[in-house]
Amino acid sequence: MGMTMTQKILAAHAGLPSVSAGQLIEADLDLVLGNDITSPVAIHEMEKMNVDGVFDRDKVALVLDHFVPNKDIKSAQHCKCVREFACKHEVTNFFDVGEMGIEHALLPEQGLTVAGDVIIGADSHTCTYGALGAFSTGVGSTDMAAGMATGKAWFKVPSAIRFVLTGKPAKWISGKDIILHIIGMIGVDGALYKSMEFVGDGIAHLTMDDRFTIANMAIEAGGKNGIFPVDDLAKAYMEEHSKRPYTVYEADEDAVYDEEYTIDLGTLRPTVSFPHLPENTKTIDEVGDLKIDQVVIGSCTNGRMDDLRIAASVLKGKKVAKGLRVIVIPATQKIYLDAMEEGLLKIFVEAGAVVSTPTCGPCLGGYMGILAEHERCVSTTNRNFVGRMGHVESEIYLASPAVAAASALTGKLSGPDEVQ
Amino acid sequence: MKAANGHVFRYGDNVDTDVIIPARYLNSSDPKELAAHCMEDIDRDFVKNAAKGDIIVANKNFGCGSSREHAPIAIRAAGVSCVIAETFARIFYRNAINIGLPIIECPEAAQEIEAGDEVEVDFDSGVITDKTKGTTYQGQAFPPFMQKIIDCGGLVNYINGK
Repeated sequence: MGMTMTQKILAAHAGLPSVSAGQLIEADLDLVLGNDITSPVAIHEMEKMNVDGVFDRDKVALVLDHFVPNKDIKSAQHCKCVREFACKHEVTNFFDVGEMGIEHALLPEQGLTVAGDVIIGADSHTCTYGALGAFSTGVGSTDMAAGMATGKAWFKVPSAIRFVLTGKPAKWISGKDIILHIIGMIGVDGALYKSMEFVGDGIAHLTMDDRFTIANMAIEAGGKNGIFPVDDLAKAYMEEHSKRPYTVYEADEDAVYDEEYTIDLGTLRPTVSFPHLPENTKTIDEVGDLKIDQVVIGSCTNGRMDDLRIAASVLKGKKVAKGLRVIVIPATQKIYLDAMEEGLLKIFVEAGAVVSTPTCGPCLGGYMGILAEHERCVSTTNRNFVGRMGHVESEIYLASPAVAAASALTGKLSGPDEVQ
Repeated sequence: MKAANGHVFRYGDNVDTDVIIPARYLNSSDPKELAAHCMEDIDRDFVKNAAKGDIIVANKNFGCGSSREHAPIAIRAAGVSCVIAETFARIFYRNAINIGLPIIECPEAAQEIEAGDEVEVDFDSGVITDKTKGTTYQGQAFPPFMQKIIDCGGLVNYINGK
């Protein structure tokens, strides 16, 4: 029986000629990732293991991105713990304030993730690197500790759902609209324990940033990973960003999928997830009149250059609605600098938005944009759970950068066509 | 025989790790501190009412969302002896096994057991008994490999024992 793309990568890393869905394997890891929230727990667990240090100082990445620059004393203590660990074990890929970015934008940009890799990260959005043709998945802190100590992790080989993307998306339709549409279609547990394998001629019309956004939110459908074929665009991205060799795996022609969906990208409309689950999607034509209090443009889902360019193209020369807070967060220092050189930051500031240093802050209700009772936010982030961005009676509407920027101008949930 | 026995707290579908332990408390990793805020965004009275040994029963996709291991840590430190659900989100499932929080998938039990029922779970056999109703259910047994991790008390002990 043929293997899916994910299964081929896992087989190669388990030293097996083939694997099949449901099989338990132990795979070699190419990278183990943690952040300032999950790493302290992992470090504490690793200290209980009978090991001298990390398995490979080049294959561990520690990124301080959730609560930095530190929001309070406790988060400063956590960062200090990670910093001391990184120093003690001479971890090559340690990213502190000044070098850090939101981990899932930063690692591909730094060339640390390439096609064919097996990557675990103690952060659920680790599935982002599937955009490059890697197998990457989120785990908890103890798995991260075991990964750092041994360079291995156990996996149950997943079955897969195949998503055939066809056609060309219309103007304003981005990776975010595509993945929200898919989550709306299959639900937040529609891909539970499974791979989401994206194929089809429509992929040629998607930028790398679109693909990162789509793979990033595989977890919001319950997926173990999301993965794209490695085409010329992906190869060019890796050659530009990484010195590491990559390996291209392709699904066998007779690979078996649990389900298959065909999505004509040309038919999609800007899509919004209503509170309090990403699966509660509506097209922009169905949203009605919803006054909002805040807009967030950023995160590991939508804080990359394409996202900022789209938002800036909507906001250029205009002013955000009175009484609205608009927070723009470039995902990495490089993106921040590139956006500055391209004049995007000027557009944001002149429009009346604030531009923050890279942080996950508001996405998870940490800081830098917490909502009060009954407030509504249109956000390019990935989760709209109860209390996710602040008060349990606040509301988050997940959308693309184009919709977020248009909403910033009108003060209500709006599509980009409304403000052109 | 390893078993859990306690009263049931009931929740629905898609209980996410943000409501199990909100991120505003993730500046701490102290189990006691985390336990003090466990479930507070969907059930303000959980911490006040939960007694040692109590059991959480929920429907589909329990523990979805963020990978924070703080979630099963908070549940365990709050005294919960077992979580029964129709299905678990995969990262929560791994985390629970890795830290030694007993969990068990059983759609029938998850649908029928009610809040306040007294329930016993036999981990060796996977049998769930609702003592209040007098019903029993067969939960899904773990594959032997995962059972080994659970028997060791978690992944750290398992690795140290290898």
